[in-house]
Amino acid sequence: MASETAQGSFWMPPEASTFAGDVDALFDFIYWLNVFFFVAITGAVVYFAIKYRRKSDDQLATSQVGHNTLIEAAWTFIPLLIVIAIFVWGFRVFLNQSVAPDGAYEVKVTAKAYLWQYTYPNGAVTGELFVPEDTPVKLVMSSEDLLHSFFVPDFRVKSDVVPGRYTTVWFEAPDPGEHVVFCTEYCGAGHSGMMSKVIVLPKDEFQERLEKDFIDGDIPPAEMGAKLYTSAGCSACHSINGTRLVGPSWKGLFGTERKFADGSTAKVDENYLRESILQPMNKVVEGYPPSMPSYQGQLKDVQIDALIAYIKTLK
Amino acid sequence: MATTETLDHAQEVSYLGAKKGIMSWLVTIDHKRIGVMYLASVLATFTLGGILALLVRAELWAPNITTEAGEAVGALFSADVYNRLFTLHGLVMVFLFIIPSVPAAFGNFVLPLMIGAKDVAFPRLNLASYYVYVIGTVMALYATIAGGVDTGWTFYTPYSASVSGPVVMMVMAAFVLGFSSIFTGLNFIVTIHKMRAPGMTWQRLPLFLWAIYATSIIQVMATPVLGITLCLLAMERAMGVGIFDPALGGDPVLFQHFFWFYSHPAVYIMILPGMGIMSELVTVHARKTIFGYRAIALSSIAIAVISFLVWGHHMFVSGQSVYAGMIFSFLTFLVAIPSAIKVLNWVATLYGGSIQLNAPMLWAMSFLILFTIGGLTGIFLGTLATDVHLHDTYFVVAHFHYVMVGGTVVAFFGALHHWWPKMFGRMYNEFWANISAVLFFIGFNVTFFPQFIMGSQGMPRRYYNYVEEFEVFHKISTSGTWLIGLSFIIMAVYLIQSLRKGEKVSANPWGARSLEWATQSPPIEHNFHEIPTVTEGPYDFPKAGGKKAH
Repeated sequence: MASETAQGSFWMPPEASTFAGDVDALFDFIYWLNVFFFVAITGAVVYFAIKYRRKSDDQLATSQVGHNTLIEAAWTFIPLLIVIAIFVWGFRVFLNQSVAPDGAYEVKVTAKAYLWQYTYPNGAVTGELFVPEDTPVKLVMSSEDLLHSFFVPDFRVKSDVVPGRYTTVWFEAPDPGEHVVFCTEYCGAGHSGMMSKVIVLPKDEFQERLEKDFIDGDIPPAEMGAKLYTSAGCSACHSINGTRLVGPSWKGLFGTERKFADGSTAKVDENYLRESILQPMNKVVEGYPPSMPSYQGQLKDVQIDALIAYIKTLK
Repeated sequence: MATTETLDHAQEVSYLGAKKGIMSWLVTIDHKRIGVMYLASVLATFTLGGILALLVRAELWAPNITTEAGEAVGALFSADVYNRLFTLHGLVMVFLFIIPSVPAAFGNFVLPLMIGAKDVAFPRLNLASYYVYVIGTVMALYATIAGGVDTGWTFYTPYSASVSGPVVMMVMAAFVLGFSSIFTGLNFIVTIHKMRAPGMTWQRLPLFLWAIYATSIIQVMATPVLGITLCLLAMERAMGVGIFDPALGGDPVLFQHFFWFYSHPAVYIMILPGMGIMSELVTVHARKTIFGYRAIALSSIAIAVISFLVWGHHMFVSGQSVYAGMIFSFLTFLVAIPSAIKVLNWVATLYGGSIQLNAPMLWAMSFLILFTIGGLTGIFLGTLATDVHLHDTYFVVAHFHYVMVGGTVVAFFGALHHWWPKMFGRMYNEFWANISAVLFFIGFNVTFFPQFIMGSQGMPRRYYNYVEEFEVFHKISTSGTWLIGLSFIIMAVYLIQSLRKGEKVSANPWGARSLEWATQSPPIEHNFHEIPTVTEGPYDFPKAGGKKAH
C-alpha cells in the first residue's frame, strides 16, 4: 500500500510532488475497495464450489432460484453509487493535476527521438530538468518528430508530447532530490532508453546554477563528458560497451575509419565528432538510420570538448 | 428440453463422415465444418501468438547492462527485433486469434444447433468469411516475413506513417480481416432473427446467443470505422495526403480518436462472447438455472451500446481536453456496471447448484476470479487522477491481460472443453484436463500479477530494456509464462489423444438443456431430422426432490 512516506511503498514510488499524496489517497481507496470485492467474490466462488460440490453423478441442484429483484437492484445501484463517487473524487484531483497555478515557473520541454531538452526562461538548455524546490513549475511541451510522453513516477504526472501542438504538466516538489523521467509513448528503437532526470535544487542553488547555464566548469573534461553522456541523452542511442543500439557504439570509436551512407569515408577525429554532434545529417554512418537530432544550441563548446575528451577515453 | 431424437438409437453418419476428401472440407458450406476449420485456424494463430509472447518475456528476463569488465549482458534480441516481436504478438492475438476465436469457431458451430436451425442464414457468405480470414492472415504473415512491422498493434501516427517496413501490407491485412468479421456478424444477426425454431422465443434464447448477437451488432457497426482509419493511414504513407501529419496540416491525435472509436468497441467484440460462454458453463456444470436471465441478456445489449461512447478513456493523457476526459471517465464507469452485474449473476448461479469440478467448470471459475481482478483494476484506470500515473505502464498491460486472457481466452478454453464432446463425439482425459486448467491459472497469475506492481511503481510498457529495480518482477513474470506454456503442451497432448482414441460420448454427456445437446454427438450433417419445437427455456434444470422452478 502507498503510505505517506517519501520512501515509496509496495505499490507506489516515493511521493515527491505536492499532489502525489492526493493521488495516492485515491489509489488506496480504490485498492481497498478492490480487495473487498475480490475477497467477497472469490470467497463466494470457492465456498460454493466446496459446499455444493457434486458428490454423486445423479445429484441435482437444491435450489433453482431464477432471480431476486431486491438483490439484483442492490448490486446494480450500490456499485453505481460507489463508482460515481470515485469518478467525482478522481475528477477533482485530476483538475488540480491539470491546471497549473498562476505564476508557475515555466520551462519549455522539447522531445525528439530519443532525448529530452529543457529550455529555461534565460535561454539555457539542458538534457536534465533542473527545478527549484517549493515552487510550482509548469512544463510547456512539444515534440519535433514522433509522439512521446513525459512521465515522472515520483510526481504522478504524465502527458503525451505531440508534434504540432503544446501540452502541459505542472508539479511542485517540496524537497531537493532526483527523480527519473521515462518516455511512455512508444517511439521506436530508442524508446526504452529515452530517459532523463528531474533534479530538484534548493532555491538559491537553483538560481546560482541557472546563471551559469547549469554548466559545471570545475571538473576535468573527460569526467564532465561522462556525465553528459547520460544527462544529455546520448546513452539512449550510443552504447559504451560495443553493443549496437540505435546509433554506433562509442567504444573504441576514436581514431577509426568510418564509411558513410553516401560511400565516402573519414577518420574519427575531433572535427568529425564535433560535426556529428552539431550537424549529424552531414555524415551518416553506413548501415545506421539517419535519425540523430542536432545538439546545436543545447551543448556549449566546453561541453562538446568534454564529450570528445570522454569518447577518447573509451578504448 | 424439446428433443425430437431418442438418445439411444444407433449412431448415424455424422457431419464429420458425411463427405470424404480434402475438397469436401475446403468448399463446405456446413456451418459445423466451417466452425471446425476456424477452430483449427485460431488454435494455430494462438500458438504463434503464444510463442511470440514467450520470446518477448524471454528478452525481459534480465535488463541489458554492462558488466564491470565492459561486457554487454542481458540482451537476447536487438531493440528492432524485440519491437517487432511485441507488435506481432499483439496483432496476431487481437486480429488473428481473439476477434474470430469464439464467434467464428464456437458461434459458427453451435449457433444454428442452439436455435434448432439447419444452418446459418447465408452459408456461402459464411464460407467466404473464412477465406477472407485466410487471405488476411496470409497478408499478415507475408508482411511479417517481409521485414515485420514495429509500430505496436495500435499503429499510432506519426510513427506508423514514417517508419520503414511493410506497414501498408500489415494495415491492409487488418483491413481485409475486418470484412471477415463483418460477414460473420451479419450472418449471425440474420440467423438469430429469422431462423429460430418454433417456440424459441427471445426469452428462451441461450445467453451465449444473446452475447453473440450483441457482439455481431458491434462488429457490423464498428469495424467499418477501422477500415476507414486504416485506409487513411495507408493513403498517408503512400500518397502523403496529410490527415495525420502535422507538417501537412494534419493531426496525429485524430488517428487515436479514429482508432479507438473502433478498438474500444472491439474490446467488447472480444469479451462479450466469453461472457456468453460463461452463462452456459456455470449453468450446465452446476445443473442450475441461470440467476437473472433478463439482466444478463439486457446487460449484453447495454454494453454493446455504451461501448461506442467510451473510446476517449484510452486518451486521458493524449492532450485531449480536461472536459472530454471528464465525460469519457464518467461513461466508462457506466459501462462497468453491466459487466459487474453479469459476474455477480454467475456467482449467484452457483448457489445451491450441483457443481461438477470438471475442466469446463474449472475454466469458468478461473474466469470468475481473473476477470474480477481485470474488471476491478479497471477502476484505477477509469479514474482520471490515478490513470495519469498508471497510463502506458505495466499496470495497463496486466489489466488488459486479466480481461482479455483471464476473461476471453479462459472462456474460450472452457468452451473448447464444454463443446469438444459435441464437436468430435469423443471425451478427453479429464484428469489431465483438470491439471492443465489449474496449471494455467497458476501460471497466469505468476506472469501477470507482478506486472500490476511494477506498473504502479512506474515501469512503462513497450520497453526493450528497463532499470534494474524492476528485475525481480520481470523474472517472476517470465517464469510464469513457462507454466502457461506447459499447461498448453499438456492440453495439446490430451486433445490429440482424444481425437484419435477418446471414449465415445452420448448426445448429451453433461445433461445440458439447450438444443445443441438434443442431437447426436457429433451431429448429423443437417443437425436435426426435423426442426424441433421448443417448449422450455435453455436452463430449466430439475430441482432435487421436487418439481422444476419454472
